[in-house]
Amino acid sequence: MASSTMAGAHDHPRGLRRFLFSTNHKDIGTLYIILGSIGGVIGFLLSLAMRLELAYPGVQIFPGLAELLHGADPSMALDAGKNLYNVFITVHGVLMIFFMAMPILIGGFGNWFVPIMIGAPDMAFPRLNNISFWLLVSSLVLAVISMFVEGAPGMKGFGGGWTFYPPLSSNTGSPGPAMDFVILALHLAGASSILGAINFITTIFNMRAPGMTLHKMPLFVWSILVTAFLLLLVLPVLAGCVTMLLTDRNFGTMFYDPAGGGDPLLFQHLLWFFGHPEVYIVILPGFGIISQIVSTFSRKPVFGYLGMAYAMVCIGVLGSIVWAHHMYTVGMSLNAQRYFTLATMVIAVPTGIKIFSWIATMWGGSLSFRAPMVWAIGFIFVFTMGGITGVVLANASADKQFHEGYYVVAHFHYTLSLGAVFALYAGFYYWFPKMSGYMYSETLAKANFWLLFIGVNVVFFPQHFLGLGGMPRRYIDYPDAYALWNLVSSFGMIFVTLSLVVWFYAIIEAFMKKRLAGANPWGAGATTLEWTLSSPPPFHQFEVLPRITGAGR
Amino acid sequence: MFNVNRVMTRGALAAAVALPVTLCAGFALAQENGQPVPGGLGLPNMVTPVGLGTQQLYNMVLMPIISFIALFVLGLLIYVAYRFNEHANPIPSKLTHNTPLEIIWTLIPVLILLFISVPSLRLLAEQVEVPEASVTIKVTGNQWYWSYKYPEDQGGGFGFDQMLKPESELQPGELRLLTVDNEAVVPINEVIAVHITSNDVIHAFGVPSFGVRMDAIPGRLNQTWFKIDREGVYYGQCYFICGKDHAYMPIVIRAVTREKYNEWLAQAKQKFAGADQRVRVASESR
Repeated sequence: MASSTMAGAHDHPRGLRRFLFSTNHKDIGTLYIILGSIGGVIGFLLSLAMRLELAYPGVQIFPGLAELLHGADPSMALDAGKNLYNVFITVHGVLMIFFMAMPILIGGFGNWFVPIMIGAPDMAFPRLNNISFWLLVSSLVLAVISMFVEGAPGMKGFGGGWTFYPPLSSNTGSPGPAMDFVILALHLAGASSILGAINFITTIFNMRAPGMTLHKMPLFVWSILVTAFLLLLVLPVLAGCVTMLLTDRNFGTMFYDPAGGGDPLLFQHLLWFFGHPEVYIVILPGFGIISQIVSTFSRKPVFGYLGMAYAMVCIGVLGSIVWAHHMYTVGMSLNAQRYFTLATMVIAVPTGIKIFSWIATMWGGSLSFRAPMVWAIGFIFVFTMGGITGVVLANASADKQFHEGYYVVAHFHYTLSLGAVFALYAGFYYWFPKMSGYMYSETLAKANFWLLFIGVNVVFFPQHFLGLGGMPRRYIDYPDAYALWNLVSSFGMIFVTLSLVVWFYAIIEAFMKKRLAGANPWGAGATTLEWTLSSPPPFHQFEVLPRITGAGR
Repeated sequence: MFNVNRVMTRGALAAAVALPVTLCAGFALAQENGQPVPGGLGLPNMVTPVGLGTQQLYNMVLMPIISFIALFVLGLLIYVAYRFNEHANPIPSKLTHNTPLEIIWTLIPVLILLFISVPSLRLLAEQVEVPEASVTIKVTGNQWYWSYKYPEDQGGGFGFDQMLKPESELQPGELRLLTVDNEAVVPINEVIAVHITSNDVIHAFGVPSFGVRMDAIPGRLNQTWFKIDREGVYYGQCYFICGKDHAYMPIVIRAVTREKYNEWLAQAKQKFAGADQRVRVASESR
């Protein structure tokens, strides 16, 4: 880094060497976005198969899929199909969290824009950045391999849900090596994220341009900072948690086995100590993106900047002390359930501050409904929908009616599949001109929005009714009474599928038409540093550090 | 630009009209006789004190509040989009702070949450604190069926497995995926305590009409209770993923009067006396 101020001293590799060995934050960011898109498309295809299966009562397509994917014997195809459905729900969850949302939001947008937004030439540890990315690729390979090796006796893949609760994930339920592959995949993904988090924290604390104080940093940078701290705190817990499972499975320890004095609940506590902050890890960068976009297209600074920044810190802290609200039915003591109910409900307060502050940012603004803004407004609505059912589920008493049912499925898909994904698309359409240098078709971007908005609402809103009616989640087949809303839900997948096709077409169209975006396509409202650079930015930016004098936002 | 704005407003208005209609329909449609209702929109018909409490908490407190918040935020978004779009308001204001407003939107949610927490915590205590029970049954989860044991000192002393009735054997009127071979019978208007554990992996015992859902975890004995206020057959399912046949281990509980229950006990003692119980619990905890 000593020579980093000398112009022309940099290598500018081309082709494979540029991307395989990349230490450039923008190239690595691009790689992350491509990896996340691949993970997301696979995850989507898995969910498409699940919704097709659930469109009608009875088991229709999974036995055939099992014959196709696993070469299952036709006489065993029904059982293999049931197992494959469970494998699909598991891998869908793992892919969407670890290989879609996190890579794109943190690895992709974070890598691309955190250094630029704070006026730094690159990340603090460029080589560490490279290994973070390739660890994640290796992890994805292991996760996919796990689908094709033995899990439960005579079955392929691990089908116990993305939470991997033992004893289903220990030798009792899945003696085959599939679960070991999953554990090793989690180790690599965790190591990747920990290294990434160290890199972000170091970059943000040490490489801000002169004048860029913490309280002047754009809110997206704040969101990545809080996220990085959460990652650093909770991923080692996940690593320990699954390592103990690994030794239980292979080396005769009994951490989670009651026969040897262990306890399956220990795993659940450790997993959710990681798992609940994890959902905020996924959504916080989304909050940051939405803040940037709402401010840009309202042509107003963010309302209550400090409140917004510290609301995220507050959500991060509170999010780390409420894990057992995922465990209200395990038989916890009354006082523990009381505590987790109250603590969980408190999270609604900072979240409410964020929602109202976004609306207040728009209030009095001069709103231009370009594609990113339409996605951002869509985000605020669907995230509110997910948030309010979260208030319902926070109550241990009400949760006992909804636990492990479709109400929960609807809730977390509204916050993640709608919330995080809408934020991700908003960010994608906001920064695509900057990253590629080309402008996409506004019409296609909005068609993408409306198709996905209609699609996901048709898919997930009826699932509230299924949950109220008592339908359990992770079921390949359901009593006939649940047929109507399942059919409606599956019908929505048509729109979702179309929206993905439109999204691909929008990208291809943009690269074919080559409409130049220019440094700042969004006008006076776009005040963060990335819009002062050319589109795409130079391979190394800010060889002379910018000096920040204005007020922060 | 203007077009999109109009489309968005229209779509949102349609949603605003449709939402309360759909939500209110949930109150009117209720389940009959402990089985899910086709196309149902709301909670099932509750038959226990805890279930009724859950119904009240959700229908009277939680749902009105969350529906109001959703509509309020939607209304604000529509108003802002209409009033402050760049055609209506070309010059943006510079407003970025309003301390009283920020205090209000912090305090009002706190008050709403406090308001929710009072009935919620009261119901929670009712769920968790098991009253003095006149009948205790032990339920054990297995891959993939439930086992029931009725203790000897309460007229029982037998146990049986409850397995899904295969589709090919269903009689007319029996429910696919819900009908079982052996129903568990309990008396009405008496406190039934249920002890729940598992033999292999984690399962969860849940009956929607009772407001009861409790995990069956190997090595732990969980406890829950219900007091059914009317006769009927009540269906439940396994609520925790437990392997390939997770969807195929329903729960059926028939609630009858005390007299009929005593008759059933006598018959069941005969019926299940010689049966291979296939229960593998190492030590009983009665």
